[in-house]
Amino acid sequence: MSTLEEEEQERDEVAGANEGAAAALTTPARLGAYMRRGTVTVPILTTLIAFIAGGFVVLLTGHNPFSTYKAIFNGTGLQWLFPWVTGSARSTAAFNLQQTLLATTPLILVGLAVAFAFRAGLFNIGGQGQYTVGGIAAVWIGSSFSSMPAFPHIVLAIAGAALAGAAWAGIAGALKATLGVNEVISTIMLNWIAIWGGVWLFGLGGPLQDPHQSSVPTSSPVAASAKLPVFWGNASLQGLDIGLFIALGAAVVFWVLLNRTRFGFEVRAVGLNPDAASYAGISVARSYFRVMAICGAFAGIAAAMDILGWKFSLFTNDIQFSTVGFIGIAVALLGRNSAVGVVFAALLFGALETGTSDRYLDPSVFDPNLASNLTWMIQGLIVLLVSTDVIALKVLSSGRGIRVLFKGRAKREEASA
Amino acid sequence: MADSARPALELRGITKKFGSVVANDRVDFDVYPGEVHALLGENGAGKSTLMSVLYGLYRPTDGEIMVDGQQVEIDSPARAIALGIGMVHQHFMLVPVMTVAENLVLGNEPTQAGGVLDLDAARTRVNELSARYGLAVDPDATIEDVTVGTQQRVEILRALYRGARILVTAQEVEDLMAVLGRLKEDGTGIVFISHKLGEVLLVADRITVLRRGKKIDTVRRAGATEQSLARLVVGRDVLLSVEKTPGHPDRASEPMLDVEDLHVRDDRDLEAVNGASLSVMGGEIVAIAGVDGNGQQELVEAITGLRTPTEGRITVAGEDVTGKGVNAATDAGVAHIPEDRQRRGLVLPFTLAENLALREYRRPYFSKGGWWRVRHIRERAFKLLGEYDVRGGDCDTFASALSGGNQQKVAIAREISCDPKLLVAHQPTRGLDVGAIEFVHRRLIEERDKGRGILLVSLEYDEVRALADRILVIYEGAIVGEFAPDASEEELGIAMTGGQKAPEATPA
Repeated sequence: MSTLEEEEQERDEVAGANEGAAAALTTPARLGAYMRRGTVTVPILTTLIAFIAGGFVVLLTGHNPFSTYKAIFNGTGLQWLFPWVTGSARSTAAFNLQQTLLATTPLILVGLAVAFAFRAGLFNIGGQGQYTVGGIAAVWIGSSFSSMPAFPHIVLAIAGAALAGAAWAGIAGALKATLGVNEVISTIMLNWIAIWGGVWLFGLGGPLQDPHQSSVPTSSPVAASAKLPVFWGNASLQGLDIGLFIALGAAVVFWVLLNRTRFGFEVRAVGLNPDAASYAGISVARSYFRVMAICGAFAGIAAAMDILGWKFSLFTNDIQFSTVGFIGIAVALLGRNSAVGVVFAALLFGALETGTSDRYLDPSVFDPNLASNLTWMIQGLIVLLVSTDVIALKVLSSGRGIRVLFKGRAKREEASA
Repeated sequence: MADSARPALELRGITKKFGSVVANDRVDFDVYPGEVHALLGENGAGKSTLMSVLYGLYRPTDGEIMVDGQQVEIDSPARAIALGIGMVHQHFMLVPVMTVAENLVLGNEPTQAGGVLDLDAARTRVNELSARYGLAVDPDATIEDVTVGTQQRVEILRALYRGARILVTAQEVEDLMAVLGRLKEDGTGIVFISHKLGEVLLVADRITVLRRGKKIDTVRRAGATEQSLARLVVGRDVLLSVEKTPGHPDRASEPMLDVEDLHVRDDRDLEAVNGASLSVMGGEIVAIAGVDGNGQQELVEAITGLRTPTEGRITVAGEDVTGKGVNAATDAGVAHIPEDRQRRGLVLPFTLAENLALREYRRPYFSKGGWWRVRHIRERAFKLLGEYDVRGGDCDTFASALSGGNQQKVAIAREISCDPKLLVAHQPTRGLDVGAIEFVHRRLIEERDKGRGILLVSLEYDEVRALADRILVIYEGAIVGEFAPDASEEELGIAMTGGQKAPEATPA
């Protein structure tokens, strides 16, 4: 194209070093940029391929993949959307769908936590830790101050969880901004500190263990005033609480923040080209810190939704075995770091989780124990495929064949062809 | 020795194209055993491409390579090494936490039975080599603890350890000087890559000059002078004829830019700008001419707030902006057309509207109370794209979709539209075609005539002469001379290569 590019290349290659224009970006930044280029086609294809591959595995175990997937689908409750489902099937579906949406709620929020970082060129692996500290804060505030009126109590608990998550992720952001510590490493380490810190807090003899059940490693229960109101289904049977709307609201905030504020402009500039950002007078370091703090707030709120919505207490087992934060990475990747994408990807993973749960799957169709492994497998395949489709995008977009595959691409992209 | 019958290495008619760009155009080059053959040319002349072809990093589009008279295919650096071609990298390719001995044998480690690394053997080899070539290094020192000079020695030793009979190096000449005699005695052919005339004249037996991908000439050192080489390197076949009237510097007011005794360090913490002083009046174009790497980058970065100087003072229209950052510089009236529009000047995956907002996005027209004013931003972009005749896209086009010339127009539109007092244009026509170059040149002169101060930093000799009202020559981080725009090539060439200190700059 231009001799500039060529010169750049020339200089790099002889030095054998990767200091070119593109290489100035971090890996997550490049990943993020590539992922913004595809359309909705790619993630849908990705998901389909993962399901088909999963189907073959089901076949290998001697089961019928179609009836298995149908059973999983029924387990998600999504057939509630079909008007012809009536009677008791409908009320079962309604209950299942409530569970699916309960699982979707935190996934949206942790997905946003990972996606926001991606947009700034950061890889936030710390969703789990941020979720954990958010949960600790939510359960502590929720189980204390039981004399508070409901609304302020809920707001306080959510704000506390958001702040705790923000502070936790902010540590990684500050380390990155001041010392250049790689956020991948620091967030992973912070995950373990959060998890084992939580286990200590609520473990037997721990400072926040429920004083009324001295033999159970759990927190005190959340007071009634801090519980999120249930708007669909029976509150005593884990109906759907307003957390879903808070999560959807967070997705709107995510979009507005990125696309309609000055700060969002800075974040996107830093994510796509930190050199150009600092040339424009943006403090890249400060942006990193702020972005991480916002990510942590999203993840913290995710935990608050779970704690105040249906868990109502925090067992040390939960802390150790929760994987919500990690699934958030898959959600962000599949959702291509966009607000809408994250919502749908979270719904997919939430539905899978509910649909394959042994509570809802008919054992005569498929062994529920195998089923939850199937979830893991499909999740794994999606992550794998999402990562490879970044490579595929890169390879294909350099050739002309891709134009056919990605007809849905924005016309501005066509102009570049 | 230099006249051995057969060249150790011969490149014949090497052509390398990147898409439509021809980086090397039928280049011939050869080295005899025991000879130093310099490859001289400006940045982007195609030296590095040629050496990458030789080292197996690129496959040539056309042409052949002969080693010891045999035609060879070099498809990887491993193959090049096997053929006895050693590359001493300009940027160090050493593992900082390993010792000298470990680095030396890396990739070709002596092993004991069972594949265990034999470090004693490695150490012995280091000592042998350093004794043989008189390059003192401690085999057990860790690379990150030794000086840059030692690292350079290790790079050379590593190539020799691998049995290089042809050594390609772009290193500082002092390091090469130490081993040169011994290498020549051994019959090693040396390719010395440089853009510094003095160094080349110091060590080379023959000199080949590349310009814009083509071999211009091969000359013997005997009879060559800095002037004659400078002429070959800079060339004069492209004549840019922008109509220019003399500037009318506004000497009554304060200078738009005043730099006093500026010291700036580069990324490696070495002094890159070393006591530079200069000033730019409103209504004049002051050009900084010099060979690349003499502190231009750091000077520009200091003036535009991207780099904090260690000493000195920068004043923009009377306002002290020294070390206050980009935003303070922008507020004082500095605009900056950066050297590398793709790395710095634009966010390629951003739309043109977003790119056009990059300089002034904090101002209330673009964002108010933290909110982004999308409509304003688009309206402004629409106006600028028309005014600057940017083709190939509208407000919502990604910058990456535009041609280089149109990308540069976007960057220039943005920088000029913020109504700067001082416009710093760093290599503003780099990589542009002739039409786009003209546009940029005309625009710079127009802006000068509006009373702005323009600081042009350029490596293009023609550009400097075509635009400047005054030419300041920078050499090793200091301004070593001031010339009128009609100064001869020889005068400038000599000053640019530090050949002769011109009289001190007269105060503006």
